[in-house]
Amino acid sequence: MSQEFNRGPAPQQNKDLFILTYGALVAQLCKDYEKDEDVNKYLDKMGYGIGTRLVEDFLAQSSVRRCHSYSEVTHIIAEVAFKIYLGVTPSVPCNNSSRNEFSLILDKNPLSEFVGELPAGRSSLCYCSLLCGIIRGALEMVHLAADVTFLQDKLKGDSVTEIGITFLKQPEEKKYRRKK
Amino acid sequence: MADTVLFEFLHTEMVAELWAPDPDPGPGGQKTSLTVLESMGFRVGQTLGERLPQETLGFREELDVLRFLCKDLWVAVFHKQMDSLRTNHQGTYVLQDNSFRLLIPMASGLQYVEEAPKFLAFTCGLLCGTLHTLGFQSLVTAFVTALPACECWRWCLHAH
Repeated sequence: MSQEFNRGPAPQQNKDLFILTYGALVAQLCKDYEKDEDVNKYLDKMGYGIGTRLVEDFLAQSSVRRCHSYSEVTHIIAEVAFKIYLGVTPSVPCNNSSRNEFSLILDKNPLSEFVGELPAGRSSLCYCSLLCGIIRGALEMVHLAADVTFLQDKLKGDSVTEIGITFLKQPEEKKYRRKK
Repeated sequence: MADTVLFEFLHTEMVAELWAPDPDPGPGGQKTSLTVLESMGFRVGQTLGERLPQETLGFREELDVLRFLCKDLWVAVFHKQMDSLRTNHQGTYVLQDNSFRLLIPMASGLQYVEEAPKFLAFTCGLLCGTLHTLGFQSLVTAFVTALPACECWRWCLHAH
């Protein structure tokens, strides 16, 4: 007996697939690596690989114009990229101390939606290290070098999840107009 | 389809990284890597199965289960239905997807056919995991003769 299936209209996608797969990946890496730092580094490295390719998809999907400041870049990441890919919009607090350091504040982190708490003995695990790698990889593809790390993590008991982006100086310094 | 894109990119990285540890995989090494990806897929498949609507959990007929996999599950995961389903009426089913989403970016035709199984391992595990939640033990293997078609998925279905 053989049946052919008609291609029906595309339904609502299963948003959980990525989140569940990521959870399985973290669980697997926790089995493979004893040290939390190694898991974090591995996730960051994988994220970097994803970011270098994701940026092309992002630029194709969104019609962002050329950015003229680090602040603009950070706002685009928060308000456009996070919105498209994770369905959330982190807030970007005004950082007056430095022109190249910014934070993304996530009240709700979709990546850890199904994670109640960190596994026992894994207190230094940065569950969402993949995100840092993705941002870092994507920025590098548009010639912006940056350090991206977790400053606060709700899974570790902090009130919010905060991702810090520090743009590193370019070899030729460019002047940026500050937007008020 | 943003979530799909993220999953596809993540899947590609997983295959690249979790396959990489053994630079010169002999038959034994190759099997270990497949098992890692399959077991991750199994875990995801189980959870996906647990989140299904209640009525689907009442499946008792094998064919109902297969139809569900070909239509609902495949659409939820890969945004298209399986292209065909065949059976020998003895517990073995062959599902065919002529343009398997995870193989499309790789190549078209015979190039990279040897590499293709790496990209099917996770999905085989996922199907096993979902079937397990629905109460069926199964063995899922995949074959590729020309990208991006998964020519045959064969499995033996036995209720718990």
